Amino acid sequence: MTEVTYADTWRRPPQIVKRRAWRWGLAVGAVIYLMLALGTIDIDWQRVVVGLERGQRFVAGFLQPDFVSRWDDIAQGLIESLTMTLTSTVVGILISVPIGIGAARNLTPPPVYLVCRGIIAVSRSLQEIIIAIFLVAMFGFGPFAGFLTLSFATIGFLAKLLADDIEEIDERQAEAIAATGASWWQLINYAIQPQVMPRLIGLSLYRLDINFRESSVIGIVGAGGIGATLNTAIDRYEYDSAGAILLLIIVIVMLSEYASGYVRKFLQ
Amino acid sequence: MSEMTHYREVWAPRPPRTRLMVWFAWLLLVALFVYCWQVMTENTIWAFVSDAPRQAMDIGSRMVPPRWGYLPELLEPLWDTLNIATLGTLGGIVMAVPVAFLAARNTTPSARFLRPVALFIIVASRSINSLIWALLLVAIIGPGLLAGIVAIALRSIGFVGKLLYEAIEEIDTKQVEAVSATGASSVQVLNYAIVPQIVPTFIAIGVFRWDINIRESTILGLVGAGGIGLKLQSSINVLAWPQVTMILLLILGTVVVSEWVSAKLRRAVI
Repeated sequence: MTEVTYADTWRRPPQIVKRRAWRWGLAVGAVIYLMLALGTIDIDWQRVVVGLERGQRFVAGFLQPDFVSRWDDIAQGLIESLTMTLTSTVVGILISVPIGIGAARNLTPPPVYLVCRGIIAVSRSLQEIIIAIFLVAMFGFGPFAGFLTLSFATIGFLAKLLADDIEEIDERQAEAIAATGASWWQLINYAIQPQVMPRLIGLSLYRLDINFRESSVIGIVGAGGIGATLNTAIDRYEYDSAGAILLLIIVIVMLSEYASGYVRKFLQ
Repeated sequence: MSEMTHYREVWAPRPPRTRLMVWFAWLLLVALFVYCWQVMTENTIWAFVSDAPRQAMDIGSRMVPPRWGYLPELLEPLWDTLNIATLGTLGGIVMAVPVAFLAARNTTPSARFLRPVALFIIVASRSINSLIWALLLVAIIGPGLLAGIVAIALRSIGFVGKLLYEAIEEIDTKQVEAVSATGASSVQVLNYAIVPQIVPTFIAIGVFRWDINIRESTILGLVGAGGIGLKLQSSINVLAWPQVTMILLLILGTVVVSEWVSAKLRRAVI
């Protein structure tokens, strides 16, 4: 009888890439890529050293924010951002509900479906900031261009998620309503709407949050809001004012995140 | 026989009091909307707004056809953009992993002091857009690729950190118990019980963020942080609309390809 030898040490099996050749290949490829990519960065160390002092001033400004000396500009920017956020979210939802219904495969004929999905794809693939550049060129500087940008961006986000949600509803309820002889509108009103409403409200609140965050950016290209104030503050090297603006943005985002979490929990 | 109870003739989905409250909430929302609309449009010059369709036609007619000959000049900035996104994602992940372990309730060394700090880092990084990070960093370390990479990395911490710490909190505790029952130290528990459970999620999050970062790094050049956005900015500044169309088409193509790659990779991992 021969002795059976068992392994007395254990090695953890590979978790993601099972083939040894692939593992080696990936590692070598990664190293080559890293070398190539890192080679393209040319760092001007003198500039960095000069900048570090500025970085220190920024950190100091962030720790001792100056809300007072530019308060009028900051308040103006905040009001623009907040009003822009609310109006664009409301208008965006109003437009995206019909588009969302149109983009749900189980409710609409194929031509309408394709048109609505096309609108969604266009809205989703364009960056907010690029849309803002064009709308500022067309509508002039100020929050109105920002409002249009955010509304347009809201359509892509909300209509897509709403359409996906409608496609996943419980068909039996729709069938039951349809069996009573309900018209298309009654079907939407009594079978679809109650099923998707909680999620729609949750998504709307989430979008409100995103729109505020975006409204702080599109000001950089002239579309109004707190971003314009922030851009000016950084251009003037007033890092204490910039720190104050960033802190305000962070606090408002945190508050709205907590509030929307609370409302969503309340709704479910 | 007792008298009949009378029910309402018309069916309504909610009791009257709730209906009144819902109606009131809608009224409040409409009032708020009208108020905000008025505050926002106070300084709007309506002459510009009514002029917009003409402007749109004008720009539109200048944008076609795209200047195809511009493409070779764009390839190097595109490579820079891809590098900003990839290196930035790597840097962000490296910084996000410790933050996530500090923020997860079941792995944090001290729930009272370190956890709030980690959560604040995550929220701060998430609420400031990468373009604003880039704006700051261009002022601090000068224009160029490095500012873009660091901006993308700082923005990624919050996203990766948040999703990762939620994944860590949702792991199967039985495996942790089994490993610690063998007498493993806390580092060994981390290595053999927690990490294997989150590796697939971790890779999926990283790839997802890489995809988002490609999108975001295309515009970082607008504030001087390198990549294809620099070309976009200079083309817009000289009103070279056919070049702008070319750049936008290239960006669109890159985004579609990166989305496809990331969807493939995520499906392979999960």
